[in-house]
Amino acid sequence: MSNSETKLAWRNIWRNKRRTLITVASIFFGVILSTLMTSMQDGTYSKMIDNVVSFYSGYVQIHHPDYWETKSIDDLFVPTDSLIDIVADNKDIDLIIPRMESFSLMSYGNSTKGAMLIGVDPAKENELTRLSHWVSKGKYLNKDDDGILMAVNLAKALNVDLGDTLALISQGHHGYSAAGLFPVVGILEFPFPAMNNFGTYITIDKAREFFSAPGMVTSLVLTVDDYDDVYPIKHELETSLGDQYSVMTWDEMDPVTKQMIEGDKGQGIIMKGILYILIGFGVFSTVIMMIAERRKELGVMIAVGMNKLKLAKVLFYETMLIGIVGVVSGFAVSVPLIWFLVKSPIPLTGEVADVYEQFGMEPAIYFGNDTMVFGGQILIVFAITLLVSIYPLSKILRLQVTKALRS
Amino acid sequence: MNVIEVKKLTKTYNDSEVKVHAVQGIDLEIQEGEFTAIVGPSGCGKTTFLNMLGGLDQPTEGNIRIGDTMVHDLKPSELIDFRLHNIGFVFQAYNLIPVLTAKENVEFIMQLQGKSKEERDKRAISLLTEVGLGDRVDARPSRLSGGQQQRVAVARALASKPKFVLADEPTANLDSTSTETLLDIMEKLNREENITFIFSTHDARVVNKARRVIQLEDGKIIKDERKA
Ligand SMILES: Nc1ncnc2c1ncn2[C@@H]1O[C@H](COP(=O)(O)OP(=O)(O)OP(=O)(O)O)[C@@H](O)[C@H]1O
Ligand SMILES: [Mg+2]
Repeated sequence: MSNSETKLAWRNIWRNKRRTLITVASIFFGVILSTLMTSMQDGTYSKMIDNVVSFYSGYVQIHHPDYWETKSIDDLFVPTDSLIDIVADNKDIDLIIPRMESFSLMSYGNSTKGAMLIGVDPAKENELTRLSHWVSKGKYLNKDDDGILMAVNLAKALNVDLGDTLALISQGHHGYSAAGLFPVVGILEFPFPAMNNFGTYITIDKAREFFSAPGMVTSLVLTVDDYDDVYPIKHELETSLGDQYSVMTWDEMDPVTKQMIEGDKGQGIIMKGILYILIGFGVFSTVIMMIAERRKELGVMIAVGMNKLKLAKVLFYETMLIGIVGVVSGFAVSVPLIWFLVKSPIPLTGEVADVYEQFGMEPAIYFGNDTMVFGGQILIVFAITLLVSIYPLSKILRLQVTKALRS
Repeated sequence: MNVIEVKKLTKTYNDSEVKVHAVQGIDLEIQEGEFTAIVGPSGCGKTTFLNMLGGLDQPTEGNIRIGDTMVHDLKPSELIDFRLHNIGFVFQAYNLIPVLTAKENVEFIMQLQGKSKEERDKRAISLLTEVGLGDRVDARPSRLSGGQQQRVAVARALASKPKFVLADEPTANLDSTSTETLLDIMEKLNREENITFIFSTHDARVVNKARRVIQLEDGKIIKDERKA
């Protein structure tokens, strides 16, 4: 019987072709608009996250449990082979990048400044942050380098240039004092103004020596294949590593960007909500008309012995079919369109492009194809259809056959 | 054998300020194979009476027995099922489901009854042939004349093999030729297959075809006449 119910429903929706087409078209455009919007947001957010991640934090970091609170040179850990094995075992993790970073005083001539001193594995660090890309003068570090890379504003403030030797003083591990001389081998010019004020880099070996912390790190920075793996990986690592280590995700380390994205997402939801409420009312009014003009016919069907629930099912299918036709036709356009846009982002020019470049982003509108870009639309249209079909259902259950027949 | 037994059947409409006594204490028995017309002036209660006979409306008082079933004992959902298996309906107009063909309209009832595809097919075609529409089985109602539509409605009413067929002014919207054709078909079905018909009408020519005529006035039977 269900076969003939769908047949009946299908034929019924095409009784008034024009009205159904208008309703379907509203869903069609709604789906396209909403997928494009979601896809654009998705693309922009991943690009933003990518930036944060690739500039510094990576997706996930492992620390000594107290480190994030204290940022102290005493809260370090040794990346033992067994630890590395456990981490490397996870096949969604791409790179494991060690860092040793702390605050240090730097002086040259009469000037002294405080700055971040970051000890890195030059090759690995470059894979994540493309650090060598930002060297504007001089050269990038090599493995056994004993030089230092300096951010451009800091270098200006200290009045140092390539070849000058900088004196560094800081506190070492467990109360040791740290002091050393480092020749400037490169000047860094980052696209973020903030980073130009305090970043300095030396090799991790030199940093360990300087801080008297042989074999130790402040953090292991991890990169993952796919953004969606971030939280599962955090979870897995937390279980396998226990509470000797703390595992933090990029958004725990950079809550500001996270909040910005959440705020923007909220705006998007409101806009899509308004769009879909409008569409919902369109579908609703169509359904109201479809019932009103068929009162007598519905009365006849019940009179001759059609169960009210069966009839309600037919009317439910009618609403559903309108929704399905709308979503399917919308996807027919938006899926290939988004597929194309993901591959070739829309380039930006002019002032907008400049702003993007200032923030170190390539000037283009990016699109994403997260499952929710499409799944979300199916869910929303399905929810609207369900909600709207409450009306015919209640109409049918309350229909008085004799009254309907007289109409 | 009595197909229908009606006792003290009363229907009072209360929904407006004045009470309307549409049907007032009707007692009636209808036997299998009867061909009965219910006649009377507009507003005398024909539709109200037929609706109660067909289980579409609840009586205010009295009871109706159809076969072995006391109709007023049935719950609303049982009543729908009871109608499906026991009563054929022909209404005044717009009987058919517009999106289904003549054959699908006839099959519709059998589909609700859960009959097999072959059985539905065979019976729908034979019924449509019987009402003279063997060549129009695939036409949608909008392509059929009013008279043809009513013949499809008769075929549909018979599809479920009901105990009787109720027809409330089946010819009211038809011209005289179509009226005659429809009545001839109903009469033939009655004569040859012993199908019980109860129909209401205003039309004198239709009344003439009936073998039993029940006259209503103010919701009461004032005359009940069987022709030889
Ligand atoms: N739902 C209702 N509410 C109130 N009064 C009603 C209702 N249905 C019918 N009536 C009244 O009951 C009486 C009988 O109506 P009914 O429709 O049964 O007459 P009828 O003989 O079928 O008339 P017609 O020949 O015009 O079809 C009329 O006075 C009518 O106004
Ligand atoms: Mg009437």
